[in-house]
Amino acid sequence: MRLLEYQAKELFKEFGIRTPESISSTDIEKGRNDAKILDYPFVIKAQVPVGGRGKAGGIQRCNNDDEFEIKYPQILDMSIKGEKTRAILLEKMADIEKELYLSLFLNRSKRCYTIIASSDGGVEIESVKNQTIRDIGLGDVDDEVAKEVANEIGLNDKQESEFVDMLKRLSKLTIEKEAELAEINPLAILKDGTLIALDGKIMTDDNSNFRHEELLKYQEKSELEEQAEKSGFSLVELDGNIAVIGNGAGLVMSTFDMLADNGGKPAAFLDVGGSATTESVYEALTLISKMKKVKGILVNLYGGIVKTTTVASAFIQAYNSNLIDLPVFARMMGSESDKAKEMLSNTKTKMFDSVEEAINSVVLEVNKSG
Amino acid sequence: MIVQGITGKYGSAHTKLMLEYGTNIVAGVTPGKGGQKFDDEIPIYDSIKDAVDNSGAQISIMFVPAKFFLSAAKEALDSGIKLLVAIPEHVPIRDAMEVIELAKQKNAIVIGPNTPGVIIPNLIKVGIMPASPFSLGKIAVLSKSGTLLYEISNNLTSAGFGQSITIGIGGDPVNGTRMIDAFDMVKDDPGLEGMVIVGEIGGDSEEILAQHIIDIDFKKPIVGYIAGRRAPKEKRMGHAGAIVMGTYGSAESKIAMFAKANIPVAKRPGEIAILLAGKMNSQ
Repeated sequence: MRLLEYQAKELFKEFGIRTPESISSTDIEKGRNDAKILDYPFVIKAQVPVGGRGKAGGIQRCNNDDEFEIKYPQILDMSIKGEKTRAILLEKMADIEKELYLSLFLNRSKRCYTIIASSDGGVEIESVKNQTIRDIGLGDVDDEVAKEVANEIGLNDKQESEFVDMLKRLSKLTIEKEAELAEINPLAILKDGTLIALDGKIMTDDNSNFRHEELLKYQEKSELEEQAEKSGFSLVELDGNIAVIGNGAGLVMSTFDMLADNGGKPAAFLDVGGSATTESVYEALTLISKMKKVKGILVNLYGGIVKTTTVASAFIQAYNSNLIDLPVFARMMGSESDKAKEMLSNTKTKMFDSVEEAINSVVLEVNKSG
Repeated sequence: MIVQGITGKYGSAHTKLMLEYGTNIVAGVTPGKGGQKFDDEIPIYDSIKDAVDNSGAQISIMFVPAKFFLSAAKEALDSGIKLLVAIPEHVPIRDAMEVIELAKQKNAIVIGPNTPGVIIPNLIKVGIMPASPFSLGKIAVLSKSGTLLYEISNNLTSAGFGQSITIGIGGDPVNGTRMIDAFDMVKDDPGLEGMVIVGEIGGDSEEILAQHIIDIDFKKPIVGYIAGRRAPKEKRMGHAGAIVMGTYGSAESKIAMFAKANIPVAKRPGEIAILLAGKMNSQ
């Protein structure tokens, strides 16, 4: 899961990584109270799971009560790159001398963790110049490596030892919380020469959630996503009006690409898992039926071992129980496809031999209905 | 070959299908069911060590739940398994990394986790793929995705391109056999006439493979496919590994590297056979 800044900072604090004084809230009553505790001036920071909030106005300085009453609600109501503000962080400002970059990330090809550090921080990683890169196996950082990294980005003496300490703590956090990414950006050198984590981004491995109950409070899932997970599906909700259902992530991605290439707007990405059954497809239709924005359903199933008639039964059941009333455009590969077509001939499900034909038809249909 | 988790619903169904295909399964493992027989024929053992000691097999396919992957895989490698095909999805990355590290020490190969397995048509099927899409031939197919592997192999078969071997890399962030490893396993086969690489967004294994293909000046025809071109950033698209972070893992980056390596990339799975035919005719 992707942690919000304030959540990442909670973990930083837990692991002894210094951060500016800050308090998070989700409503203005608590915010007002937080403001009293923190005292002006401070910054109001939108908590959103995307980068680039500064430019979008999601971080603003606040000097007094009057400004607070205007800015707090404004930032709380904000959407940045399609992501609504989840919470607000009030944070004391720091006297910054210089901004650095530091992260540990899972290097997938090398199958190890890698440190990236730079003396030019405060921008997104792609734009970070003069990167110092070190591969560190399963995530452990020893003094020697940490010192080398510190020296390479120009830190010496007291700053070197502070950096070494911070990097080792970040490594401990990465290992213990099973993070795919733990980033401090910017890592600031303050005017007094000390180091502090001004912003943080942490992504943890969802597959390790079962041994991290302490992180579950950070998990953000819609009701539908929760239901999908219970059924063993994976669901991504989007802004369009066509739901894409298939078996196997690669096949659904591929269908999704072709739909978008042909002018379709996906409303959902739903992978029912490698094998499709009557039950799993019925479950998938149940989920989709709860998404009001969906105007049409595109189904692409490769039933190697599964019979298409097994899948067709799910649609018959869904129509019979009035679960769905939407047009369905389906391509089902597998045995008994002629019989499956016959079963669905008097329903709102249209069967196609190729996914390309199914896509053309669903796009036409949805555009027709507006 | 040994099946770990042979009596589970999934494990037993696929054991039957692999047997039907002609795969030589000599033992199964399910703790607590040692002494019983699968299908009145295949002996079941309580531990992989017993299974290896009694059968002499060095290949294992695993159907254990993700939570038990680490212990089961370690046990298998410690018992002398040299090729481990790991089917389970949702294995924590740290567990996969530990197993891969151990496999390196033991000189063993891990395929997966989250792989459909490996098939050499008409010879052996070590995996969960349906048999019908595959036919014997001279094209190697490497794929991160399972169902796309079936779909594309089926298209290739229909177009007259049989397969020499197809290898499922798996959709996880970390793979026991990476794209580049799988490529190296098949590239020197003298009968090989071409290759299809089915990638998807996330990580940089396609980029690294493309660079490798340039570096070794590999000449046989290759066609690529990348799923997830239109996926939103920073969202996991079904596979744990299918996520774009900034530009890391983006389809654009992969397609650009494939272009450098002179590998055409199909826009749809249905286009692959045509591109491959074109590539083969031009050489």
